[in-house]
Amino acid sequence: MSLARLLCALLVSIILAGQIVKPAYAADLASALTRFSADDFTETATAIDEIVATQAPQAEPILSALGNARLFVDMATKKVYWRTAAGVVHDALTGEAVASPPAPLSTVRVNNRLRRVLSNAIGALTLMAPEPQRRREAADAIFRSRDETALPQLEEAMKAEKVPAISRAFQHARASILVTAPGVTKEQRIEAITVLRDRADMGAIAALRSLNGTADAETKTLAATAVTAIEERLRIVGYVQNIWYGLSLGSVLLLAAIGLAITFGVMGVINMAHGEMVMLGAYTTFMVQEFLRANAPHLLEMSLTISLPLAFLVTGLIGVAIERGVIRFLYGRPLETLLATWGISLILQQTVRTVFGPTNREVSSPSYMSGAFDFMGLSITWGRLWIIVFTLIVFVMLLMALKHTSMGLHMRAVTQNRRMASSMGIRTPWVDAMTFGLGSGLAGIAGVALSQIDNVSPNLGQSYIIDSFMVVVFGGVGNLWGTLVSAFALGVANKFLEPLAGAVLAKILILVLLILFIQKRPRGLFALKGRAVEA
Amino acid sequence: MSEQRTAAVLYLDGVSVSFDGYRAIRNLSLVIEPGEMRAIIGPNGAGKTTMMDIVTGKTRPDEGDVLFDGGRHDLTKLDETAIAELGIGRKFQKPTVFESHSVADNILLALKGPRGPFASLFGWRNKLHADKIDEVLKITGLLDHRNRLAGEISHGQKQWLEIGMLLAQDPAILLVDEPVAGMTDAETEQTAALLRDINKSHTVIVVEHDMSFVRALDCKVTCLHEGSVLSEGTLDKVASDDRVIEVYLGR
Amino acid sequence: MITQYLLSRFEKTGIAFIVIVAAMAIFVPLSNLLLPASSPFHVPTHVMSLMGKYLCYAILAISLDLVWGYCGILSLGHGAFFALGGYAMGMYLMRQIGTRGVYGNPVLPDFMVFLNWKELPWFWYGFDMFPFAIIMALFAPGVLAFLFGWLTFRSRVTGVYLSIITQALTYALMLAFFRNDMGFGGNNGLTDFKDILGYSVQAQGTRATLFFLTALTLLLTYLICRWMTITSFGKVLVAVRDAESRTRFLGYRVEHYKLVAFTVSAALAGLAGALYVPQVGIINPGEFAPANSIEAVVWVAVGGRGTLVGAAVGAVLVNFAKSWFTTGALAPYWLFVLGSIFIFVTLAMPKGIVGTLKEWSGRMRAPRDESKAPVAQPAE
Repeated sequence: MSLARLLCALLVSIILAGQIVKPAYAADLASALTRFSADDFTETATAIDEIVATQAPQAEPILSALGNARLFVDMATKKVYWRTAAGVVHDALTGEAVASPPAPLSTVRVNNRLRRVLSNAIGALTLMAPEPQRRREAADAIFRSRDETALPQLEEAMKAEKVPAISRAFQHARASILVTAPGVTKEQRIEAITVLRDRADMGAIAALRSLNGTADAETKTLAATAVTAIEERLRIVGYVQNIWYGLSLGSVLLLAAIGLAITFGVMGVINMAHGEMVMLGAYTTFMVQEFLRANAPHLLEMSLTISLPLAFLVTGLIGVAIERGVIRFLYGRPLETLLATWGISLILQQTVRTVFGPTNREVSSPSYMSGAFDFMGLSITWGRLWIIVFTLIVFVMLLMALKHTSMGLHMRAVTQNRRMASSMGIRTPWVDAMTFGLGSGLAGIAGVALSQIDNVSPNLGQSYIIDSFMVVVFGGVGNLWGTLVSAFALGVANKFLEPLAGAVLAKILILVLLILFIQKRPRGLFALKGRAVEA
Repeated sequence: MSEQRTAAVLYLDGVSVSFDGYRAIRNLSLVIEPGEMRAIIGPNGAGKTTMMDIVTGKTRPDEGDVLFDGGRHDLTKLDETAIAELGIGRKFQKPTVFESHSVADNILLALKGPRGPFASLFGWRNKLHADKIDEVLKITGLLDHRNRLAGEISHGQKQWLEIGMLLAQDPAILLVDEPVAGMTDAETEQTAALLRDINKSHTVIVVEHDMSFVRALDCKVTCLHEGSVLSEGTLDKVASDDRVIEVYLGR
Repeated sequence: MITQYLLSRFEKTGIAFIVIVAAMAIFVPLSNLLLPASSPFHVPTHVMSLMGKYLCYAILAISLDLVWGYCGILSLGHGAFFALGGYAMGMYLMRQIGTRGVYGNPVLPDFMVFLNWKELPWFWYGFDMFPFAIIMALFAPGVLAFLFGWLTFRSRVTGVYLSIITQALTYALMLAFFRNDMGFGGNNGLTDFKDILGYSVQAQGTRATLFFLTALTLLLTYLICRWMTITSFGKVLVAVRDAESRTRFLGYRVEHYKLVAFTVSAALAGLAGALYVPQVGIINPGEFAPANSIEAVVWVAVGGRGTLVGAAVGAVLVNFAKSWFTTGALAPYWLFVLGSIFIFVTLAMPKGIVGTLKEWSGRMRAPRDESKAPVAQPAE
């Protein structure tokens, strides 16, 4: 492009800009508006078309007001006004707010035919709207209505569109019109079918199903195969969605059970107060947020990061105290341990109820935990995604800790042969306390994460305890990988049963299946074998 | 082989079992004649106790035949209760008696007779004579401790009580795992005499480490090593076997 | 003859228990009905109902002690059997309401009319007959326990595994009974009962009779369980508790013994539930809550497991304490107390009240006498 031509273009645009200062549409708008005073549906329809043609900025509010019965004519002056939802009256011609509107105003009436015209007109207007969100909504509206009268404006808008996603939405809208509209060439229809096939959702199926009756056999077959293809894809997406929900539930189960996998799985201690450790972790989060809100609101976004180590510490210490105070006297008596820790859980619950009250406490989510995004047709919430990622991180770190730290080595030594470990100079009581502390601390961490998706109340722990035990038992006691597999398997199974049986029945079914499973394999999925097991 | 099979009261052939990759028993074959007394010796981990576990149904072998009573019963297909009902009694390495029952009740529970829940509920087992209990207690020298709790008697007495329970059970074969562990020399001698006495009417298999005790039993000896038979024969023959000396007895 | 045999085998606690319960069965209803309210010996109706409730719990506790104390099966789902029995009775009482319900439907209970049900579900048939309801109160929990036990004992699920799956069982049942379309009144359960066998459930006479029957059932339960535990059957149960695999090697079908004990225990628990419902006037899915079952376990632990009498004593004591606490200003602290009881009993008094007393008296009379039943050792 030469400099001269560039200058030329600049000049033209300046001239055009100058024209905008004195709007060229003003006269057209004025004449269009006078048609409203005729109080005749045909006249009103013409007025709508003319208003759209003016491209005036106030065209959209005028037409919306018309649709909502908030457009008025002053019969005396033939001037037109609209009233906003807030009650402010504007002059339709100038678009300015009017402080004192004239007294007798009559509403411009619309009938059903006009409403249709009107919605198309608004659609056409919004197609060119400056906000991308509104353009997109307009495209979607047309896609659903498949109104062929919107085609010219749509094509107009397509040329101007720069955002790829919206441009695609326009194409889909156009395709949905072309598939149904009469008088479209075969090539155009086939092209439209291909576009819809790529869109691959329920809307596309609806559009393809309403294929114009006059279409030839070949096109019809094409449309039919497209529908089957989309249905197939949707089914897969449905499966993937279920798996995703299942993984999400599984991560919650794993998170709740992972501490138990240590205390029950590794140490063989039945800790019925495990759920309360989770609950205390959630309350730690609540306390941290309260503190930050009062003292350092700018750190609120960091609340979870701060809560994690704190919750680990708080619940870990409580765990150590429980082990030293109660459990160590009960080794070798699992049923007594079960009862004593149940007692502890009652006390912890009631303590929290006394201190914080019996009702749910509000725990806010940082911005990175809220919202959702679209991935291959799946809607994925950030909160759930982060919890899955977090769970896996915790799991891997725990594995590492057990494998590669001396503490982990001692723990494994004590579990495998307590007496031998003791005679090797390992302080087994200390290892017991630390192991139990670790299990409890993990429960606390789980509580921080669960505070994001569950109600923080004194009963929080109760809802997880049975599930957690089931996860550990199903996976095979003493096997962390088993716990991982079992948590995700139970989560996914639950989500696949839910659409068939409903949420509660699915849960019951899972419980019953688990009870039956334990009959078959009393030691879980990945049971340890050998002489050592059968005591 | 088939002749052995039909003649033997207990017949093990090609038995193997492994736990998580560790092969506790490898291709073990063992034939026990009716009325025989057999001592099984061998170092720790030779598979002695596992062999007993297999015979009594506690452990299922991965492969091999375990037949009872001239091949009439396949023990690999039966559970502990059924095997015990066939007449195979077992004394454990660590004496296991019912500690919160009296000594007499321990014998009562072991006495041969109907064992169903309804039989015991409606008192049929009570009709069994107290004489039999006293007889067994006399043999095992526990008559004075008749009404003491089994948990209160000494370790040696518990060993004898368990042997007494075996007697009361009156099985075709007695499997006796380390009966003299923790006993004094005098007790050991008495036990040997008792077992020889029992052997007059029962087949007995004894697992033991105590060589003087094995010598006192005066019977055929099998030495196991790494899950299979290393040497078999009289004690003198086995004790002079170089391999046995190498892995077990020491030079 | 059996009575004579039983009496000859009772220790002192057992005889004392029988005498006390029998005296209560007779004197409490009599004093309630015959003595004027002003008399110091008059038992007010609400107190009698409360005592009746405790006695129902005592039956539940004894049935639990049979399996836990003697057989080592720590059932965390006995509340489910109790509740099933309660529902069986509740269904009978619902059918008795007839046209006196809010909707006046002669056949369908109110909640079914409310849910727009047109006919009675099949499993409600027969519950208009009292004997049928009583049979079902024994049968439903019995059959459930039999099936559950048949599956679990056969595959040798023991110890805490068994405890956890019994807990899962009652939890699953709770979720199921909360559902409206199960046909058991959903969330609200069964309530607003009018009469039982033609007598108003609210009437003083009915309440006195119910109390009498409850005390009688408690006695009967004790005798049945006592009989089961002093025969050879009971000896085998204790053997199973202390050394399960040893018992197997003696040739006993351990699972059959467990199954009989568990089924009988569940049926007795169901009977307790059936007596409980007309006295408290409501049964709802909350009775299936795992917490209820585990609370019943602590009654047994407090009183002393493996003693039967102790279980009943524990049930009455703990529930008396509960009523005393939860009616006063101390109500919020009850869970602290209950929690502490759990911890204290397991740590400091594993034999419970009766077990500890027996031990003391045993030590006083140094040479053991013949009749003294061995004090139960803690299972596991």
